[in-house]
Amino acid sequence: MKKRCVAMLTALAMTATMFAGCGSSDEGTAEAGKTEAGKTEAGKTEAGKTEAAKEEAGEGEVYYLNFKPEQDEQWQELAAAYTDETGVPVTVVTAASGTYESTLKAEMAKTDAPTLFQVNGPVGLASWTDYCMDLSGTDIYSHVKSDDFVLKDGDAVKGIAYVIETYGLIYNKTVLDAYCGMDGAVIASADEINNFATLKAVADDIQSRLADVSAAANEAAGTDIYALEGAFTSAGMDSSSDWRFKTHLANLPVYYEYQNKGIETTDAIEGTYLDQYKQIFDLYITDSTCEPSMIATKTNDDATAEFALGNAVFYQNGTWAYQGIIDAGLLTDEDLGMMPIYVGVEGEENQGLCTGSENYWCINKNASEEDIKATEDFLNWVITSDTGRDSMANAMGFVTPFDTFDDGYTTANPFVEQANQYIADGKTPVAWVFSTMPSEEWKNGVGAALTEYAQGTGDWELVKTAFVEGWATEYAVTH
Amino acid sequence: MQKSIKKYFPLFALPTFVAFTIGFIVPFIMGIYLSFCEFTTVTDAKFVGLSNYAKIFTDKTFVHALWYTALFTIVSVVLINVIAFVIAMLLTKGIRGTNIFRTVFFMPNLIGGIVLGYIWQLILNGILANFGKTLVYSEAYGFWGLVILMCWQQVGYMMIIYIAGIQNIPGELIEAAKIDGATSGQVLRHVTLPMVMPSITICTFLTLTNGFKLFDQNLALTNGAPSDMSQMLALNIYDTFYGRTGWEGVGQAKAVIFFILVALIAMGQNYLTRRKEVQQ
Repeated sequence: MKKRCVAMLTALAMTATMFAGCGSSDEGTAEAGKTEAGKTEAGKTEAGKTEAAKEEAGEGEVYYLNFKPEQDEQWQELAAAYTDETGVPVTVVTAASGTYESTLKAEMAKTDAPTLFQVNGPVGLASWTDYCMDLSGTDIYSHVKSDDFVLKDGDAVKGIAYVIETYGLIYNKTVLDAYCGMDGAVIASADEINNFATLKAVADDIQSRLADVSAAANEAAGTDIYALEGAFTSAGMDSSSDWRFKTHLANLPVYYEYQNKGIETTDAIEGTYLDQYKQIFDLYITDSTCEPSMIATKTNDDATAEFALGNAVFYQNGTWAYQGIIDAGLLTDEDLGMMPIYVGVEGEENQGLCTGSENYWCINKNASEEDIKATEDFLNWVITSDTGRDSMANAMGFVTPFDTFDDGYTTANPFVEQANQYIADGKTPVAWVFSTMPSEEWKNGVGAALTEYAQGTGDWELVKTAFVEGWATEYAVTH
Repeated sequence: MQKSIKKYFPLFALPTFVAFTIGFIVPFIMGIYLSFCEFTTVTDAKFVGLSNYAKIFTDKTFVHALWYTALFTIVSVVLINVIAFVIAMLLTKGIRGTNIFRTVFFMPNLIGGIVLGYIWQLILNGILANFGKTLVYSEAYGFWGLVILMCWQQVGYMMIIYIAGIQNIPGELIEAAKIDGATSGQVLRHVTLPMVMPSITICTFLTLTNGFKLFDQNLALTNGAPSDMSQMLALNIYDTFYGRTGWEGVGQAKAVIFFILVALIAMGQNYLTRRKEVQQ
C-alpha cells in the first residue's frame, strides 16, 4: 500500500512538472496563437476565392498589436472582414491589460514583428521612434483633421491618433437630481456644480445622509436599486485603477502649471497646484464607499460596479467606461452625466472636460515593403470603408480625428455628447498633458506615494517629493 | 555493445544537445552580451560597455530588493525545512491516514505560483480587512504573507523528500541505538539527522534557490507594493527591464549579477551540507 502510494505520488509529481513545463511554454504563444489560427484559416479558405484580389494587393500581411483590450473582439471581426474582402491576411493581437510595452518589446524582436503598433504619446514615441515610419505621405494622414492629432518628430509624422477620448467626473443624474429636490440640499440643480467648493459641499452633504439620498433617489426613479455607500466610488490604487489618479487626475495640476507659464512641456515641474491636487484626492478618499486604508487593493472593476449598481454618485473615469456601466444592466443613458473635474483653481467655472488621445498608430519602419503597403491599405480601408467606419464609430464607440467619419458616422456614447455640449457652451477643454509626464516610473512613484498617504503610512510630503523631485530625476534619466 | 554505444553516443545526445543549446546556452550568452548593450528590442542592440553595471548601484530599489530577498530566503529556508521535517517525522510513524495526510500536504505544490499568489492575496486581504488594513499596508505584511504562502506551497514537496530519506534509514541502526539506551532525542540527533543529510542537502538547495529566484508569487501577491518595498530581486529585474524605458540593459546587467549570486550561494551551500553527509 505504502509503495503504491509513493508510486502514485511520484507519478503525480512527474505530471505536475510536465504540466508546469507545458504551461510556461504555452503562455508566451497563447495570445499570438489565438489569432494566428484565425489568420491561417481565413487565409486558406480565401486562397482560391480571391486569388485576383490577392494579386492586386500584393503579398503583404498585416500584423496589428492592439492596445485596447476592451475592443479586441471588434478588431478581430474587422480583420476577418478585411481578409474576406481582399484576401490579405490580417492578424490582430491584443496585449493583456497593462502589458502592452512588454508585449511590444518581445514582439518587435521577432522576425514577424508587428507591422502596425501603438504608442501612447511623446514619451512613448521617444522609445520607439527608431521603429516608426514617416506617415506624412500616407492616405490616412491626409484624412486627419488637424496636426493636433499627430505625433511629430521634426517634420516626420510618426504617429496618428485614431481615437479621441474624454474623461471627467461621471455622475448619476437621477440621484443628483433627486438630491437637489431634498430639504436642505446645497444646490437646486446639478448645473450649479461648477467649482470645487460646491462639489465638496454637495459630496459632503450626500455622504452625511446616504440612506436619505438613496431613499429619495429610489422614490424618484421608482426603483429600489439605489443603496448608496458613498458619494464617490472607491479610489482604487490597484494597478487596474491607479492610472485614474496618478495619471488622469495628476493631469490637472500639471495642465494648470503649464497654462500658467505658457509652456507645453518641462524638465522640472514646480507643483504650484499640488494643494488643489491634494484637496480633490482628499475628497475622493473621504467621501468614499470605502475606508482610505483599503484603497490599495480596490480595482477598477470595483469602482465600475459601485457606480453601475447604484452604490455611488460620482465616478472619475472617461468615455471608455460607458459600455461597462451599461452592461451591468441597471443604469440607462438617461442616468449618466459627466462634469469637469473641479480641483479648486481660480476661474475653473469655465473649465471643460479633459479631452485628448493616448492611442497613436505607428507603422513599423523595419517591416518589408509589401507588409507596409498592406498595412497602409488596411488602415485606409478601416477609416474609409463603410464596414470599417461602422465598426469604429458604432461597435467600438470611438470618436476619431478623421474627416471621413463626418458623414453620419458619429458614436451614440452619451459621454461624448456631453463633451461636445461643454465645448458648444464655450468651456475650455483640458488638454491631455499627461503624455508629457517624464516616464512610467514617475507615475508609479506618485501612485505609490498617494497610496501611502491614503492609508496613513506616509504623509503628503511624500507625494510632493515624488511629484516634484521625481519629475526632475526621471526627466534627467530619460532624456 | 560498449563500442557501439560509444560510436553512436554523439548521435543520441544530439537532439538533447541541440535543445539545450537553443533553450539555454544561446540565450545565456546573448543575455550576457546584452548586459553590455543599450537596446529596445533584443535583436537590435548597441554596445556600450560597462555603463549598465555602473547604473545598477545608483538604483536604490536594487539594493533594497537584495536585502529583502536575502532576509526572505533565510526565514523561508528555516521555516520550510523545519516544518517539512517535523511533518515527515510524524507521517513515518505509521499513524492512521498517513497516505491521505501526505497527499493533502503535497497538493498545494500542484498549483501554479501566480494562481497561489492571487488566492492568498484574497485570503489575506479578507482577513486583514477586519482590521482595516490590506496586504500592501507595509512591507512587513507583504513579507509575512509571502512567507506563509511559500511555506504552504513548499512544505509538502520537501516533506516527500524527507519521508523518502527517513524511510531509507536501516531499521537496525535505530534499533541498535535504542538497545544501547539512546533516548529518542539522541536517536534523532545522532542517527536520523546524519542519515537524512542527503535529503537535507537537496531540500536546502531547493528552498534556497527557490527563495532567491522567487517571482510569480511575489508578482501576484503584492507586485512590490507599497512603493517597491516588497519587491524581490527577480521582480526588480523584471520591472527594470520592462518598466523603465532605456533601462533594458540595466535590467539585463542585474540579471547577470543575480545569476552569479545565486550560483555562488547554491554552490557554497552544496559544499557545506555535502560535508556533513555520512556513508551507510
